[in-house]
Amino acid sequence: MTGFALSPDHRPRLKRGVKLARDAARNTDILNAPERIVVLDEIAAEILKSCDGNNSIAMIAASLAAAHAEDEAVVCADVMELLSDLVAQGFVE
Amino acid sequence: MSTLPPPMGLLAELTHRCPLQCPYCSNPLELKRASEELDTASWQRVFGEAARLGILQLHLSGGEPAARADLETLVASASAAGLYTNLITSGLMLDESRIRALAAAGLDHVQLSFQDVDATGADHVSGLKGSLARKLAFAGHVRDAGLALTVNAVVHRQNIARVPQIIALALALEAGRLEIAHVQYYGWAFANRDALLPARAEVDEATAIVTAAREQLKGRLVIDYVTPDWYGARPKPCMGGWGRQVMVVTPNGEVWPCHAASTIPGLIFDNVRAKPLAEIWQHNHAFNAFRGTQWMTEPCQGCEHAERDWGGCRCQALALTGNAAATDPVCELSPAHGALAEMARDAATASPPPFRYRRIGG
Repeated sequence: MTGFALSPDHRPRLKRGVKLARDAARNTDILNAPERIVVLDEIAAEILKSCDGNNSIAMIAASLAAAHAEDEAVVCADVMELLSDLVAQGFVE
Repeated sequence: MSTLPPPMGLLAELTHRCPLQCPYCSNPLELKRASEELDTASWQRVFGEAARLGILQLHLSGGEPAARADLETLVASASAAGLYTNLITSGLMLDESRIRALAAAGLDHVQLSFQDVDATGADHVSGLKGSLARKLAFAGHVRDAGLALTVNAVVHRQNIARVPQIIALALALEAGRLEIAHVQYYGWAFANRDALLPARAEVDEATAIVTAAREQLKGRLVIDYVTPDWYGARPKPCMGGWGRQVMVVTPNGEVWPCHAASTIPGLIFDNVRAKPLAEIWQHNHAFNAFRGTQWMTEPCQGCEHAERDWGGCRCQALALTGNAAATDPVCELSPAHGALAEMARDAATASPPPFRYRRIGG
């Protein structure tokens, strides 16, 4: 994957024009972006709801790990992988 | 057809009125006048129907959509219905206060067209003096209003040498996305092909520049690149497949599977004035005419690419072979592929004639 190297201190947010939305007809969460739509799984949607520019990646991972009783380091690595991919694709900054 | 998935996008061609006269306009040759346009309430109803049908993104286009004085009201209604709203504009009919009002109404994204990065070239293509400077000012207002901006540049033989400057312009304007689209040769563009089609070597060079820039600017600028399909070996999945993803509503309310569908004889279109969008999507004759793979002839029928490119473009097949159900001649498997390559060579080597400008009644 040609993702971006992110630090756990980085406070991610959706780029201008990128919006989380509920697709009721297909019963899924999506990202709406200029000329693009990304279908999100439940975990990705949960992570992106926290990407408001205030929460750091470490904070997002910690609350996710607590909510799902998972190992924080493992969750943090997963969150970084997802977000670095979305940064490279221009959805998150 | 009970399992027919809903469409993803609605292209609302609010009007054919436009201050520009670009000779590659995607509107039909026969343009609708203002008196034939749907009224505000009809468009608002259509947007509600679209959202309930499962459409996610609304593209407000034209002509110039801001030629409609009710654009702000329409955006507010679309946004309230839950649609992601994208404004496709020349930027020439929106001052700073109107763009702020559109942002407040819930507009999500602005796609601004540039005819050239050179002022003289832009005047020549658009048929309007001084358009470039006004567009640059407009891009600033979009950014100041906090809206996402896409720079759209249509390229052809008269501006293809300036692709690097087009990329630089998108960066200077802090656009999040750049769309470099080679002209697609239907309608007005087909009539102007000898003035527009670049040589293959020029296309290859532009493609190499875009590919390198895309990699270098990853994470900073999204670059979408639409290739000129006359030089391709495989057709594009036009509109994501006929009747699969997109509905086009014309200024007077007709619903088409693609911009150029009216060029195909024998198709019956419905109008939103008479029928709900959901019924048109499921049952309309034109939408079902080329949906799926049943209609296909050889070599598409049974081809491994049939459900990838859906046979390419129906309107192009008709324009180049006389048969809308033929394989798009862009496909190297099409018996007409050689003739298309020859037509492309002739167009690209012709000394460019004057443009036939896009004008209502012209």
